[in-house]
Amino acid sequence: MTLLRKAGASWLPIYAGLYLLFLYLPVLLLPVFSVNASAIPVFPLKGLTFDWYRSLAGNDALINALWNSLLVGVASALLATVLGICAARAITRYRFRGRRPMTAVIMAPLFLPEIIIAISLLMVAMQLGLGLSLILVIFGHVLICLPYSATVLISGFEGFDPSFEEASADLGETAFGTLTRVTLPILMPAIISSLLVSFTISLDEFIIAFFLSGSEPTLPIYIWGQLRFPAKLPGVLALGTLMLLASLLLLTFAEMLRRRAAKRTQLDGGFHA
Amino acid sequence: MPFAGTRPPARRPRWKRLDPEEVRGIRLLSPTFLYTLAFLVGPVLLVVAYSFWTQTYLTFDHTFTLENYRVALTEPIYRDLLMRSLYISFIVSLVTVIFAYPIAYYISFHGGSRKSLLLFLITIPFWTGYLLRVMAWKVILGYKGVLNTGLIGLGIVDKPLESLLFSSTAVIITLIHAWAVFAILPIYVSLEKLDRSLLEAATDLGDGPVRRFLRVTLPLSMPGIIGALLIVMIPTVGDFVTPKLVGGTEGQMIANAIQIQFGKASNWPLGSALTITTMMIVTLMAGASVLVLRSLVRWMR
Repeated sequence: MTLLRKAGASWLPIYAGLYLLFLYLPVLLLPVFSVNASAIPVFPLKGLTFDWYRSLAGNDALINALWNSLLVGVASALLATVLGICAARAITRYRFRGRRPMTAVIMAPLFLPEIIIAISLLMVAMQLGLGLSLILVIFGHVLICLPYSATVLISGFEGFDPSFEEASADLGETAFGTLTRVTLPILMPAIISSLLVSFTISLDEFIIAFFLSGSEPTLPIYIWGQLRFPAKLPGVLALGTLMLLASLLLLTFAEMLRRRAAKRTQLDGGFHA
Repeated sequence: MPFAGTRPPARRPRWKRLDPEEVRGIRLLSPTFLYTLAFLVGPVLLVVAYSFWTQTYLTFDHTFTLENYRVALTEPIYRDLLMRSLYISFIVSLVTVIFAYPIAYYISFHGGSRKSLLLFLITIPFWTGYLLRVMAWKVILGYKGVLNTGLIGLGIVDKPLESLLFSSTAVIITLIHAWAVFAILPIYVSLEKLDRSLLEAATDLGDGPVRRFLRVTLPLSMPGIIGALLIVMIPTVGDFVTPKLVGGTEGQMIANAIQIQFGKASNWPLGSALTITTMMIVTLMAGASVLVLRSLVRWMR
């Protein structure tokens, strides 16, 4: 029995190592070839260069696309999180008829191919005579972010004890004061992770932006355009490396924030227990 | 149905029967629900409507017809693309889930204090962006790509393998890599929820590790497995980036054909019918997979 468990415990870490290798190797090629002196991504490497990074700096089309992506990402994250908060609060706090079917509709985009969301919004926009724009992209992104944001927020809200709010009201705090001094601080970690998850989904989304962005490309659309020219590939790889670094920084920051919040609530829990 | 059997009440009393708690809940959920109705349900219904219409050049004929569905289901080109898309998404979801399970298990049962670090490590590769991950596979699988030069360098083959890139296999490998984390997380969550004392009980009652895994761990983590399977299967069927970049002509999928109907070919009704058909069939396939998995579990128990 213990022997078997030991065997299990010894092949699992090896498997985990191999799996991580499979996940990482393709991705690690990006930084490697982004500093390679040759424009063709083949081994052996030709020599170290930072030219590809330099070529990104003065690129107006790229900066415009980056700007569009940030705008869409921030707007989608905010809207998805506000709608997610309403949904999560309603679902965790109240029991009412129609709760399950309504929740299922909100979660539906998780189980739909993105292309149907893209073309259905495209057809509505055309039907109504609206031009394609980043606003449409935001509407689409909010739809696909909502299931994730709602899930994160629901799990964050589930542990929230409404008696804190009642206590705050009993002690003479106004409704607004209760919201800003009791409810929000406790729920903040969930809200921040919802914002981050939604922002990153939007930043990376291609299909919806491809159909709806019209003449204002987002970053993935810009990259897609560049991929048609083999000579531009190293520049794209350099851009990808920078994006990876940026998201790593953001993630590490978020993780630190989460740990801090977790520590604080743990302490609080200790006090009340 | 709480009121089954009673006479349908008049409208006002019916609303009165909602207690204030319920009203507050519905009111709070309605912005999100209405948003989804307006931007998802409404538009999808429009796609359904279009799929029954026809188009000649720029004018739409709004008389009901099933012609588009006939074309979508019987034209060899669409039938083949649809079959291939279903095949690819089925294989990808199955393989992804099978590979992901041991990882989720390892993190949940042997992760100890390093759990969040391990989860963090697994998510990092996914922050490169979808397009760039697909691009990385193009670099690996290309004629002069990393894999070919590596194989030649090791003396395993003496000339580059041609069939690596631009094939269904390339699409499958790329998708398995791209969707890995989406399979790991749901399984991990369901394993975390598993009450460990049940495992002790199984051991105390004489189950060996294998039997215990098959009869306790696996059935109880089934919601995670099903979630992972659906989360990978359904979106991959509609992917068109991966087939376009690494699929070549032999690896094209149905989404590429749909995109053409809304772009160059400009035949919205046919594009709509193709989309609805794909959605229905993938839903059926997903439902069938769930049923098979559930009965498998029942049989093992």
